[in-house]
Amino acid sequence: MDVFIAIVQILDSTIRLSVPLLLACLAGLYSERAGVFDIGLEGKMLVGAFAGAAAASVFHSAFLGLGMAIVMSVAFALVHGFASITHRGNQIVSGVAINFVAAGSTIILGQAWFQQGGRTPALQPGERFEAITLPGASAIHDVPIIGPIYSELLSGHSILVYLAFAMVPFTWWVLFRTRFGLRLRAVGENPAAVDTAGISVAWLRYRALICTGILTGIAGAYLSMVQNGGFVKDMTAGKGYIALAALIFAKWRPVNAMFACLLFGFLDAAAIRLQGSPLPLIGKVPVQFMQALPYVLTVILLAGFIGKAIPPRAGGVPYVKER
Amino acid sequence: MSTPYAKLPAWADYGLIPLINLSVAFIVAGFVVMLVGENPFRAAVILVEGAFGKGTGIAFTLFYATTFIFTGLSVAVAAHCGLFNIGTEGQAYIAGLGVGVVCLAFDSVLPWWLTFPLAIAAGAAVGALWALIPAYLQAKRGSHIVITTIMFNFIAASIMVYLLVGPLKPAASQAPQTRNFLAGAELPKLNWIIELFGAKIRSAPFNICFLLALVMAFLVWLLIWRTKLGYEMRTYGHSPKAARYAGISETRIVLIAMMISGALAGMMTLNPVMGDQHNVAIDFVSGAGFVGIAVALMGRLHPVGIVLAAILFGMLYQGGAELAFEMPAISRDMIVIIQGLVILFAGALEHMFRPYVQALFASFSPRSVGIEAVKGKGA
Repeated sequence: MDVFIAIVQILDSTIRLSVPLLLACLAGLYSERAGVFDIGLEGKMLVGAFAGAAAASVFHSAFLGLGMAIVMSVAFALVHGFASITHRGNQIVSGVAINFVAAGSTIILGQAWFQQGGRTPALQPGERFEAITLPGASAIHDVPIIGPIYSELLSGHSILVYLAFAMVPFTWWVLFRTRFGLRLRAVGENPAAVDTAGISVAWLRYRALICTGILTGIAGAYLSMVQNGGFVKDMTAGKGYIALAALIFAKWRPVNAMFACLLFGFLDAAAIRLQGSPLPLIGKVPVQFMQALPYVLTVILLAGFIGKAIPPRAGGVPYVKER
Repeated sequence: MSTPYAKLPAWADYGLIPLINLSVAFIVAGFVVMLVGENPFRAAVILVEGAFGKGTGIAFTLFYATTFIFTGLSVAVAAHCGLFNIGTEGQAYIAGLGVGVVCLAFDSVLPWWLTFPLAIAAGAAVGALWALIPAYLQAKRGSHIVITTIMFNFIAASIMVYLLVGPLKPAASQAPQTRNFLAGAELPKLNWIIELFGAKIRSAPFNICFLLALVMAFLVWLLIWRTKLGYEMRTYGHSPKAARYAGISETRIVLIAMMISGALAGMMTLNPVMGDQHNVAIDFVSGAGFVGIAVALMGRLHPVGIVLAAILFGMLYQGGAELAFEMPAISRDMIVIIQGLVILFAGALEHMFRPYVQALFASFSPRSVGIEAVKGKGA
């Protein structure tokens, strides 16, 4: 029974740890499917985390915080769009720039406004998103097997967790069952064809980037307002890049993205849980090995040893209209 | 790459437009300083004085610049071949292993002038090998080099942390770093050069790696614009199709360019490890690889531009430390913002002001923006 409880606990933290990855990964899905590479996910999450925690602690409202996180993250996404769509700049370069501006400005502004070494004040109850207890969770807590799974694993998360997982079918529906989604995918594969059909490539790509901004904003808000009670400098700690890896791992598909993020979240949860304790058969595994595993797996996938990851064909190429 | 823009006179292309882009980056940075509630002009004065006001400041500025010349060259060599090597950071970090092992092995037996070449070779070799894998995957398996080099940065960091908290750490020590090197792995300082000009230096880590960096800058110039290999790299960078048509092996050129890039990244390690700290510590690269991106873009991928841009960033690092001391609201992270803005305006938005400059030129002298071919790049 102890083993079972331990497994439920690991899976529970898997869910918690994979939520920011999942939101960022879906965010990247929108822009990359529209043909705009975005390695600025990390920076936009960071901006969202900072703006969310700062606004929540100043206005004493979690929802205002979330709104601010989204607004600021979208603003950074639009800068990326301005550089890479309007001015046809290099998308990678623009993404790198955004990551740096985000990393620096969150610390500088945080220190100037709150004087706590780049942190925002610790969020009080009501300023962060509280855990939601699903109906009947306490009632069936003691039922074997189902009880712990329902009350520990599924219940007791914040609204953003459920939102993140709801975004998976929603994103699938938007991309594969709506006109907007069809055009968005088309603009990532063959923008000239979309242009010929009389649809603005630039405006479509901008809209895709706004979706990206909204989702990275929520991802950032989750980090600073759910997982942690406030903003800490550099709190994304490479999650944006792991999300990018997950996106490739998922071959740019929403449902696969969820499984990839859950896998990477599980590796993270297992690394924390196993810290120092030996595994059966394998022996003691260094924590650093577990931390590096998502990246190693992605490289192996990219090398084509586990299927082949084919990116959207027009990805990374600015669209120049024929003149 | 074909740009949808008409040609400008060379001095405008290589002087005026970068200057405008850079100015805009600094003006935006000035707004951030204002947002924090400080005077941007006073901040600029403190920054420049901190970097060049005293001999010690100059020595530190040049010490930082040395690091950035290496990483800037590393990014630039790959960029000439059309490859975005975002992995300079990881290649430099893992090269700390090569340099560290050489120093630990020979510092008690050999004098520094024998350890140094060995360490150069080891650092360059490890950096090159770390770049070789993504290069191979790009050339042979078509995996995007930007993504693989990002992944390799994280893998390098994990390996180094594992080694520095485990096998490479002396048993008696708590700090995650190697033991301190003996005199046989300490590089001589160059501070006396600055003291020749009458400035006083208390203590600064400015060392002979600076000369190595200048030699490397010259060699990179030679490679890119004066050798067949460099010509092939530039051809591939401009148009992989044309390169293929000309019979240039795609695999060979990508592998070579990335290995040179990785080797330059690896040599960066010598400056902080052998010239300053005399040990290999966790996170000793601390973002210098990413600064290299800004330096390379600002220097327009030309070694002379890169050396100048590296000195500018060295100034920002040294002056930024002084600034943090004088204006507590502005920490050293201000440089990260400036770095980002430089990458944004000199890199991603490099064509933003071009149409206006062109219109201006056209109104004065239409011939200067005429369609007749102007001199090619690299003039």
